[in-house]
Amino acid sequence: MRISNCESRNSQSAIRNPQFVMVPLSWYLGLSALLFTIGAVGVFIKRNAITIFLCIELMLNAVNLTFVSLSGFFGDVGGQLFVFIVMTVAAAEAAVGLAIIISIFRNRESLNVDEVDTLKL
Amino acid sequence: MQTDFQTIATQAMQFIMPEGILTLFACAALVLDVMLPRDRKRFVAWVSLLGVGLAFASLWILYTSIVSKGTPRTAFFDMIVLDSYAVVFKSIFLIGAALSILLSIKYLEIEGEQRGEYYGLILFSVIGMMFMASSVDLLALFISLELMAVSVYILVGYFRRDKKSNEASMKYFLLGAFSSGVLLYGISMVYGLTGSTNLAKIAAALPIVASANFNPFGAAAPPDMRYLLLMSMILMAAGMFFKVAAVPFHMWAPDAYEGAPTSITAFMSVGVKAASFAMFGRLFLYGLPDLRGSLAGDPASGIPSLPGWALLLGIVSAITIVWGNLGALTQNNTKRLLAYSSISHAGYVLLGLIAGNQTGYTGFVIYLFIYTIMNLGVFGCIIALRRRGIVGDRMEDLNGLMKKAPGLTVMMTIFLLSLGGIPPTAGFIGKFYLFAGLIETGNPWLVRLAILAVLMSVVSLYYYIRFIRAMYIEGETEPQPVTLAPSLRVALVAAAILVIYIGVFPQRLIDLTQKAATSPGLKTYSYQQGATKPAEPATPPPARGMPGERDRQTATPPR
Repeated sequence: MRISNCESRNSQSAIRNPQFVMVPLSWYLGLSALLFTIGAVGVFIKRNAITIFLCIELMLNAVNLTFVSLSGFFGDVGGQLFVFIVMTVAAAEAAVGLAIIISIFRNRESLNVDEVDTLKL
Repeated sequence: MQTDFQTIATQAMQFIMPEGILTLFACAALVLDVMLPRDRKRFVAWVSLLGVGLAFASLWILYTSIVSKGTPRTAFFDMIVLDSYAVVFKSIFLIGAALSILLSIKYLEIEGEQRGEYYGLILFSVIGMMFMASSVDLLALFISLELMAVSVYILVGYFRRDKKSNEASMKYFLLGAFSSGVLLYGISMVYGLTGSTNLAKIAAALPIVASANFNPFGAAAPPDMRYLLLMSMILMAAGMFFKVAAVPFHMWAPDAYEGAPTSITAFMSVGVKAASFAMFGRLFLYGLPDLRGSLAGDPASGIPSLPGWALLLGIVSAITIVWGNLGALTQNNTKRLLAYSSISHAGYVLLGLIAGNQTGYTGFVIYLFIYTIMNLGVFGCIIALRRRGIVGDRMEDLNGLMKKAPGLTVMMTIFLLSLGGIPPTAGFIGKFYLFAGLIETGNPWLVRLAILAVLMSVVSLYYYIRFIRAMYIEGETEPQPVTLAPSLRVALVAAAILVIYIGVFPQRLIDLTQKAATSPGLKTYSYQQGATKPAEPATPPPARGMPGERDRQTATPPR
């Protein structure tokens, strides 16, 4: 949409998009940092494989939010492109990840990662 | 737009010819798998081997016709670059893939899992690796990383009914996806700070962003953006440490390596690692060169100077070398032992990035090249032990191998000595360049790091010699004979000859890798003489030198 603005993208003269006067950029970035932290903490404290996977998706979506807000702020489409790629990759990862989790469940009847401990030190 | 399209169709496409050929053959492998009867699936392996060979030939044509002639060319709007760095890494991946396919054929037949998609997935992950080596845009780097990673997640869990394989796959997948998230968050922050995802533009914007008084919006009390920059660098480094299995992000490696099919363990331990290092080099040497040494502060306004990524990598590589080698000492499962050994080798390779000079970069590339061949050789020997009813991944399975298969034993010995870095083999050349690069800098802390690495590679000999002791001295505990399948024999003999040949006549490989190490855009760093004088150890080093001594003091791990 704003391809013409691409010319003005660089770190020194980041243009201010009018919509960021209402809600400043820092709020978007703060929200995405919060989401990312929730996701990262969830990965460590949750024990169910699917929940862990959801937390990872939450981290990816936090990154998407960062990209979209920065992209809007700069008036640069590069960040939005990145979001599409991340979404596609997340879908591919979900397909593979769920398949792996299903095969684990078929063999063990459990999704608790603490019980998946055949391989140990 | 028409002209752009024409440029892509006529010029840019030829730059990705090797990848294009591989894509074609990967799809062909998937289609052939459906068409062939159950007992003929082996044919797919030969087709994919042909694909790797053709890709190598086209890479060679590209190298002689374009790359060796002069300046690197970019294509696809500066997303892909074709330089000698990319070409050398691509040849590493292709050699690794060819050897892995040869190792797999018989192994999969014994396991009863000979299917075409296996080879298709290997080819797809190699395509990802090759793009990782030649991408100079964070977007392209990320897609190619994921193409590689997703293919390998599936390959690790390839034995669907095997509990160990499932488990390895799940652990690798969850941690790999997590690390991708961390890496992405770092990328998004770099994008926010520099306004671009192109590595060249990021590198150009860095001097401004990394300066102590960076204040884009004219705020009265500007926040110190350098902390944000360092945090994004650390997040990106953490993502990459996961991929190369460096301590403290190595936990997945022993489990994934033990549980995966042995042929995939071999492929992962060389291909994925080399590709991740190629990306590591692109990210840090091309994208973030100015973050290497300490970031200058502003003493007038009391802004402190901050350490850069050389310090981070130094600490991580020291811990990785120590931890990997110590972890390997107590292992009884050979795959697990080699997993720890490959962790320590990741630490050695990092030394090349830390040194930051010609020799170090040469060591970085050459070591990955040599490591690919010798590690695939060792895993090939372990695959040879897989027979009816014997998994062959325990140390006892090696007992008395000399009496059963002397040729295999001699080749295994060559590979193990090479991994340990004993002179007549190739491993010595690689380690020599890595350590020489560190010592050349003259920085006392880097020299100490080199000494630590040398000491730890002596420790590593202990567990490599454990293999040799089992093979030569122990009496045999298992009467079943060991026979080598023809494809496996070809791969092992080729690898053994290469290891010895490079060890004795290294000059050709050194010339090739030196070209990669002198690629434009790869910044080298020199250290001022003042920093080497022991009389004034607390002297703040130059802008791009190592951080102060006191910072390193806490960093050096216990010997």
